[in-house]
Amino acid sequence: MFRDAALIAGKDLRIEARSRVATNQIAPFALLVLILFAFALDPDRGILTRATAGLFWVTVLFCTLLAVQRAFSIESADGNRDALRLTALDPAGIFLGKAAAIALELLGLEVLLLLGVVVLYDASLDSAGLLILTALAATAGLASAGTLYGVLAAGLRVRETLLPLLLLPVVAPVLIGSTRAFEAALSGSPSDGWPWVGLLSVFALVYLALGLVAFGPLLEES
Amino acid sequence: MMDQQAETTISAASVTTTGTKATRALGIVCLAGTALLVFLGLIGTPEDEVQRDTVRILYIHAPAAWVAYLAFGVTALASVFYLWKRTRSLTWDRIAGASAEIGVLFTAITLATGMIWGHLSWGVYWTWDARLTTTALLFVLFLGYLALRRMPADPHVRAKRAAILGIIAFIDVPIVHQSVEWWRTLHQDATVLRRDLQVQIEGTMLFTLFLGFVVFTLIYAWLLLHRTRIAVMEDALDEHGLELALEERRAEGVPDGAPEGLATT
Repeated sequence: MFRDAALIAGKDLRIEARSRVATNQIAPFALLVLILFAFALDPDRGILTRATAGLFWVTVLFCTLLAVQRAFSIESADGNRDALRLTALDPAGIFLGKAAAIALELLGLEVLLLLGVVVLYDASLDSAGLLILTALAATAGLASAGTLYGVLAAGLRVRETLLPLLLLPVVAPVLIGSTRAFEAALSGSPSDGWPWVGLLSVFALVYLALGLVAFGPLLEES
Repeated sequence: MMDQQAETTISAASVTTTGTKATRALGIVCLAGTALLVFLGLIGTPEDEVQRDTVRILYIHAPAAWVAYLAFGVTALASVFYLWKRTRSLTWDRIAGASAEIGVLFTAITLATGMIWGHLSWGVYWTWDARLTTTALLFVLFLGYLALRRMPADPHVRAKRAAILGIIAFIDVPIVHQSVEWWRTLHQDATVLRRDLQVQIEGTMLFTLFLGFVVFTLIYAWLLLHRTRIAVMEDALDEHGLELALEERRAEGVPDGAPEGLATT
């Protein structure tokens, strides 16, 4: 299963590395959103500093949508979905691989965004341990829920509009948890953040388990 | 796969109306119960000492919330039955879909009556209370579920995806609830608008509230039966519609004088 996962993740990341959609479109989009928030929330009045954690994770959520859509649009062309089934790879492995690829893309993006909020919103990165663990747990949750919902909406005619409606309410706990944990880390009181890391980990584990079980049946039909 | 499609066709032929004697009787009971509930709720019960007349909204609000949770529970359960190979049947899928629709309707009623009540007793329509926020998210979650059900696709493909989504949405509810609960308690002190307006419920008021639960549950059953049967008829129409259209076209194509003989084949 893990070998299959590594194969799929390698394939997806190689496609991203060569097509440069993630670096040339999704990353600039994320930075653009940061700038748009600054326009909307007048940076001089301290609102941006107080809202940094929330804005950061809302941006990550939007980018998750893009990454998930991208991950499944590369499978929809040329009957790739059938090809994927014909490879006889373990469906659970395919799920893990796709989720891992999305998670790695998102982690890269989060590093970029962190630099962005330090430069643009004047955030200071104390308590790095909490920040890193929160980001890891939240990203694992986002990637596994995103992959599961991606395949659920894949192959349907209006999936571009359906996916946000399905995915965003489900990942609301991730947004709440990661924002609170980041707030605690950024404001210098990291002990408030740890329960949230626990919640994020539970979310990630639940969706990993659901994905491992449900991905096979969802991939079979279509 | 095949026998399930056959099953659809057979039930399609037999169902021509969504009502039966039993549902008509149930409907009459529902109407009578609603009338009694309206009478008791508006006239028969005294007003609350603290909340005055606003307490009357609760006779609708609480039962509606109960039915919403019941409906989503039924959706999840029916989804499990659909996914379990030994009980796989489109009937479970239809029940799940019908129940989710009713659940969304009653969640909307819960939110609307809650907001009216909140505006009267708290002064604001909305507060980011844990229970309110969870209910709002539940509403959106199942709106998504209904949106997925509307997608044009093979019935069994759609049914399987909808069933998985229905179960996931149901599993998500406790996580959402936990996160929102913490969000409100850890982040800041509960707002001024706390629910310490303890309602002392006694006598006719308790009976009215209890009646509300019973009546709303009966209405749920009535709606579920009819909505499921409508789904059966819709599927039957989908299957027979093509045949009917073909026959009509064939009849048109035959020159005058001989349509009967061909159209009946």
